[in-house]
Order: sequence, then C-alpha cells, then structure tokens
Amino acid sequence: MAVTIDSLVKRFGETTAVDKVTLEIAAGELFGFIGPDGAGKTTLFRILVTLLLPDAGRATVLGRDVTTDVWELRRRVGYMPGRFSLYPDLSVEENLHFFASVFGASVEAQYDLIAPIYDQLAPFKDRRAGALSGGMKQKLALCCALVHRPEILFLDEPTTGVDAVSRREFWELLARLKGTGLTIVVSTPYMDEANRCGRVALMQRGRMLGIDAPSRIAASFGRPLLRVRADRRYPLLLATREYPNAATVFPFGDVLHFTDRRDGLPPEEIARELLAYLHQRGFADAQVEATAPTIEDTFMARMGEPEKAA
Amino acid sequence: MTAPNEVAIEARELTRRFGSFTAVDHITFDVRVGEVFGFLGANGAGKTTAIRILTGLLSPTSGTARVAGHDVYTESEWIKRRIGYMSQKFSLYEDLTIAENIRLYGGIYDLSKDAVRDRMSRMLSRLGLEQSAGTQVRALPLGWRQKLAFSVALLHEPSIVFLDEPTSGVDPITRRQFWELIYEAAARGTTVFVTTHYMDEAEYCDRISIMVAGRIGALGTPAELKQQFGVETIDELFVRLARPTAGAA
Repeated sequence: MAVTIDSLVKRFGETTAVDKVTLEIAAGELFGFIGPDGAGKTTLFRILVTLLLPDAGRATVLGRDVTTDVWELRRRVGYMPGRFSLYPDLSVEENLHFFASVFGASVEAQYDLIAPIYDQLAPFKDRRAGALSGGMKQKLALCCALVHRPEILFLDEPTTGVDAVSRREFWELLARLKGTGLTIVVSTPYMDEANRCGRVALMQRGRMLGIDAPSRIAASFGRPLLRVRADRRYPLLLATREYPNAATVFPFGDVLHFTDRRDGLPPEEIARELLAYLHQRGFADAQVEATAPTIEDTFMARMGEPEKAA
Repeated sequence: MTAPNEVAIEARELTRRFGSFTAVDHITFDVRVGEVFGFLGANGAGKTTAIRILTGLLSPTSGTARVAGHDVYTESEWIKRRIGYMSQKFSLYEDLTIAENIRLYGGIYDLSKDAVRDRMSRMLSRLGLEQSAGTQVRALPLGWRQKLAFSVALLHEPSIVFLDEPTSGVDPITRRQFWELIYEAAARGTTVFVTTHYMDEAEYCDRISIMVAGRIGALGTPAELKQQFGVETIDELFVRLARPTAGAA
C-alpha cells in the first residue's frame, strides 16, 4: 500500500477537520479526494506529507509513519500545495533549479520525467514565475514537485481557479505521469474531474461519503433519476419543486434533475405523471426522461443538508 | 420599472493595451437590463481587464463603454455608486459580525440608518440568518459567506452587480442555492454580470460571451451557441474556442 489511513482525526478548536478517516491507496493509483472547501482535504494532505500532526489515529505513506519518519518521507514524497508557493521573483528556470538543489537533485538528471510538462514551459523559462498565467503556474509547480523524482505525488487542488481548458490539459499530464508508475493523490472541488481518477473518496466536513471507482459511485445513486427540460427554466424549477411527489429538484446545466419521493415506481411512470403535471402547469414544451446519475448527484444525495449558518 | 430592452452595459470597440500587449481587443457587446450575462474565457484571455474597465477601476485605451448609463472615461465615480461587486477572493470583513458588515457597507453607500435597518432585516430573513446577526463572518461556512456577500453587494440596490467566480469551491447544493439568489435578483430587474469556471453554471445564464485572446469569440444564448457550433455542451464549446489545439489532445 502506498498510503494507509486508520481512524485519523484532526481538530482545530471546535472544528473537526478530519473526522475518523480510514482508507488505503495502492501503489500506482491515481486517487482523488473530491469535496468542497472545508471538507478537510488540505488538512488530510498536510498530515500525509508530514507538515501537520494528527490528534488521533495513524497514517503511513510508503510504509513509513507520517509522525515519526518525517525526514525520510520528505525526501520521497512530492507535494504541490493548493496555494501558489513558488518564488514569484525567480524565473521559471531558477525556481526549478532551486527546488532540485534543495533535494540534491539536478534538473538534467530528472529531465525525462518532467520533459512532457517542462517542454510547454520552456518558451517562458526566463519569465518571472509571478508573471505566469494560472495554468502555467500550475505546470511549473508540478515540475518543481517532481524534480526530485518522488515515489508518490500529493497535489492539493491543482485545478482550483483554473479555466476549463487548462484543467483538462493538467489532467492529461497526470494521466501521463500515472503511466510511469507514479502514485498520484489529488484533491479537487470539481465533481466532473472525479472521472479522471481510478478511485475517488467523496469528502464533506471531515468525513468520507464514499470511496470507490467513479462509475460505481455514480451508479450507487440507487433511485430513478429524471431529466426535465423546458424553455422557461427558472419558472420550471419553481413549478417542479411544487410538484407534490418531488423529493429533490436540482438544476444541472440546461436541465433539472428530479427524484420522486415514492419508492419502487418505474421511471417511465414517474416521467409520465410529472409530464402531465408540467403540462397542466403550462409547460407545453416540457420533456421528461430517465437519465444516468453523475458523481455530483450521488454527492448531493449523500451530503444531506448543507451546513447551517450557525 | 425599466423597459425590457434597455441596455445596462454597452461596449463598443473597447480596447486596453499594456505596453505592446493588447489585453482587451476591440470588444463590442450589450448587456440588457435584468439579464444574467455569463462572461467566460480562459485564464489570461482578458476577462479581468474588461471587468476592471466596466467597474470603473481602469480606463480603456480606446473605444467606448457605458455602464448603467455612465461613461467609463469620465463618470467612473458614478459607475462605482451604481454597481455592486463581489468575488471569491474578497467579499466581507471576516472579523466583523454579519450586522457590522452590513452597517459598514450601508455607510460606504450613504444609506440612511433606517434604510440599513430595513434592508438588513429583509436580507437576514430571506437568508434564514435572523438569529445570526451577531455572528462573526469568519465563523460562517464558505457557502453562507458567499450568499451573504452577494446580498450585501445588493444592499444599495445597484442596477448591475458584477460577480467574479462567486461559487468557486462552494459545495454543489449551496452553489445551486446561490444561483437561485441570482435568478431572484434578475427577476427584480437587477442586471447580473458573472464569471465562472463551472461550465454547468454557464448554462444557467440568459446569454454568455466567451473571450479568446482579448476578443469575443462567441456571444449568444447557450442554446444558440450550442446549435451554431454543433456541440452538446458549453464545456465542449469552451474547449474548442479557448484552445483550438486542445481538442485534438
């Protein structure tokens, strides 16, 4: 196992940031922690890379205890924090050489590993890191986290605040790195990125809502899910919510996702009744059909009520 | 009430250069009153520069723009009074309470004490925060902070509100609740100008524009654009426009 986590707990005052988390990650996996801000992803990562001590429980990385084998682990682990943490006044090239030298490595010796990423940065090698675009900063940070050839890579929200295209490119790089046998542990608040991982853990307020392959998590939704469409979308949302049999009604892009509060009805019957209701409410163009649940549907079903304000 | 076709933002050949770099390159578009307008683009495409011009923080190099009827060159102080603004990076003062934040913004916008009291009580009751007026903002979960920040940005009843990645990192249910606040504001006639990296949220907008290298690469309703470009989702459209080579990878 590349990572073992057993009943891990971390508290900050009243808040339990990591609440009895238990899981294992095998060598060579591309494993994702999926959850919003405040889920505990960063705290968990900081414990795993030896920057923070847990209050209870145990964790190992590469077979070493994260609380005692600190110095050895730091040499063998790569970590890219969520906040941009390179030297903004050093150039792209200077940052990379600096991080290599800290670990007694040389950029030249490791070039095969970082080449696919660094080749995209090379045209900007003399630019100050602080002056790079968001996507380029992420790529440089990834190079710096790889330059000592770690055996496992922890990436904390590498795609947050990055546009949809740069995010896609970043995930393509991770897939390529996974091909070299590297174990990659990554966190993200974007539910649609879960499908890029071999397995994911859904995380909310310090707890795991599920750990499995993305397709199995989506399929575990377990109720008929219907897709509702009509031109006047906001009135459609309000009207669908007023339907007496509605359990959940959520906007999903240009459609609504609907579940019925009655158990055991076939989707066709639910669809027929809902459509009749919507026609009666004046949505002549309404369409209702069964649809496959996504990770986000499962996440919302399992997260329960959103957090109260006070 | 304003006429449905009245224009809230009017940009004509709007351009901003920094040295030899053209960040915003002759962009022309209108945003109608009461519209939810999604302003999309890759990092570095010029969105932030355009928003800084439209919010009166930066002068254009050439071209014209009027925001809430005011000229961006000569009336930027008026623009700042007529608009609301919130972003993910800055919204409220964390070590002040909810009520203190609201009073502070009321003061900044010269609202009377009575008006602040009235609007505060309506706002807190809409958000279900009546019991929390004395809570420090830092104690609120992110999603609540963002919903509150949006409401505070509307406190002075601006005609246009600019939202810069308002839902970044927010959980999927709260993200949807946030969008309902947007719809409600739009239904009351407030124009909403919003940026996001969530492509499903782009579909919630009345119209969207996608900036590509300083220019507007696409502009229309999500349905029109999907049909025009022959794609299933705005995500697909975005990838195709924002980085024409990326689709092949």
